[in-house]
Amino acid sequence: MTWKGAIPLIAFLGMCLIFAVGLTRDPRILPSEMIDRPVPVFQLSSLTEPDTLYSADDLKGDIVLLNIFGSWCVACVQEHPMLIEISRQNEVRLVGIDWRDTRESATRWLAKYGNPYETILFDETSQLAIDLGVTGAPESFLVDASGNIRYKHVGIITPEVWAEILLPMIQTLRASS
Amino acid sequence: MIWRIIIMSIFLCVLPATLATAAPQTESQNIDSRAKQVGLALRCVVCQNQSIEESDADLAKDMRQIVRQRIENGESNADVIEFMRSRYGDYVLLKPPVQRNTYVLWFFPFVALLFALLWYVRHVRRPEKAEPVSGLSEEEKQALNRIINEVKK
Repeated sequence: MTWKGAIPLIAFLGMCLIFAVGLTRDPRILPSEMIDRPVPVFQLSSLTEPDTLYSADDLKGDIVLLNIFGSWCVACVQEHPMLIEISRQNEVRLVGIDWRDTRESATRWLAKYGNPYETILFDETSQLAIDLGVTGAPESFLVDASGNIRYKHVGIITPEVWAEILLPMIQTLRASS
Repeated sequence: MIWRIIIMSIFLCVLPATLATAAPQTESQNIDSRAKQVGLALRCVVCQNQSIEESDADLAKDMRQIVRQRIENGESNADVIEFMRSRYGDYVLLKPPVQRNTYVLWFFPFVALLFALLWYVRHVRRPEKAEPVSGLSEEEKQALNRIINEVKK
C-alpha cells in the first residue's frame, strides 16, 4: 500500500524531467526540412552585377557553403572575420545570399568589412530565403557537388563550428566524390 | 399599390449598385480572403507565437507576399500551406497535424480524462459497504453483562 503514496512524487519528478528537457531547448532552432534535398529552383541577380542572373545550376559542380547575410544583421559582423578566414583557406566555394537588403548598403557594408564571397546572390524579397526555410541571419547551408543540401548551421560560424563540423564534412564529401 | 411602387423603386436603386460592385470585386476579394485564411494558419517563424497575418516582422511580410503570389498562380490553400510546411516543417502550422509524433499531444487529455473518470467511479463513488458485523463473542457478552450488572448495583 505504501507505493500509492509515492504516486504524486513520481508524477512530480516526471514533470521535472519533461520541463528540464523542454524548457532548456532553444525554440528558435528548427530542424531543417531541407537536409538531403536539392537547393530549390531560383533565379536571382548578382549583388555586384545586377544584370547577371544565377540559378540553382550555378551552384553545382563543387561543394558550396551558402551563407545568408545582410548589412542590417548585427551577428553577421561578428561572423565576418571567420568567413574571410574560410575564403582564404580555399576549401569550399563561399556563396553569399544578401537577404532583405538594398544594393547600396550591402555594397557599402562589404567595402567596410571586406568581401569573402565568390558570388553574392541578391535576395531582396526572401524568395530563396523562404524556399530554404531560413528564419534569420546568419544561417549557412553546406551544399554538395550535385547540388544537394547536406547540412544547415543556424547562427554564427565560429572557429569551432568550422573546425569541428563544417571542415570535416567538406573533407568527407570531397573524399567520397 | 403605393407600397409596391416604393419597394420596387428601392430595389431598382439598389440593384445597379450591387451589380456594379459585385462582379469585379469577387476575384480580388476572394484572393484577399484566401490569403488571409492561409496567413492565419501559418506561424511567423521569427516571432513564434503569432500567425504571419498578425505579425509585423519582415519575414512574415515576405511570407504573406509569397502566399499571395502562390494563390494568384492558382494554387489551393492546402497547396500553399503544404509548401510552407515543406520549407519550415510542422512548426510553421499553428494547428499541429494529427500524426504519429503528435498523438500524445492530441489524445493524452482524453486518456487522462478517462483515467480520472475510472478513478472517480472506483474510489470516490464506490457505495460504502457496511462493515461486517460479527456480533459479540461469548466472552464479550459475559463481560458486557458483568458491566451492566455492576452499573445496576
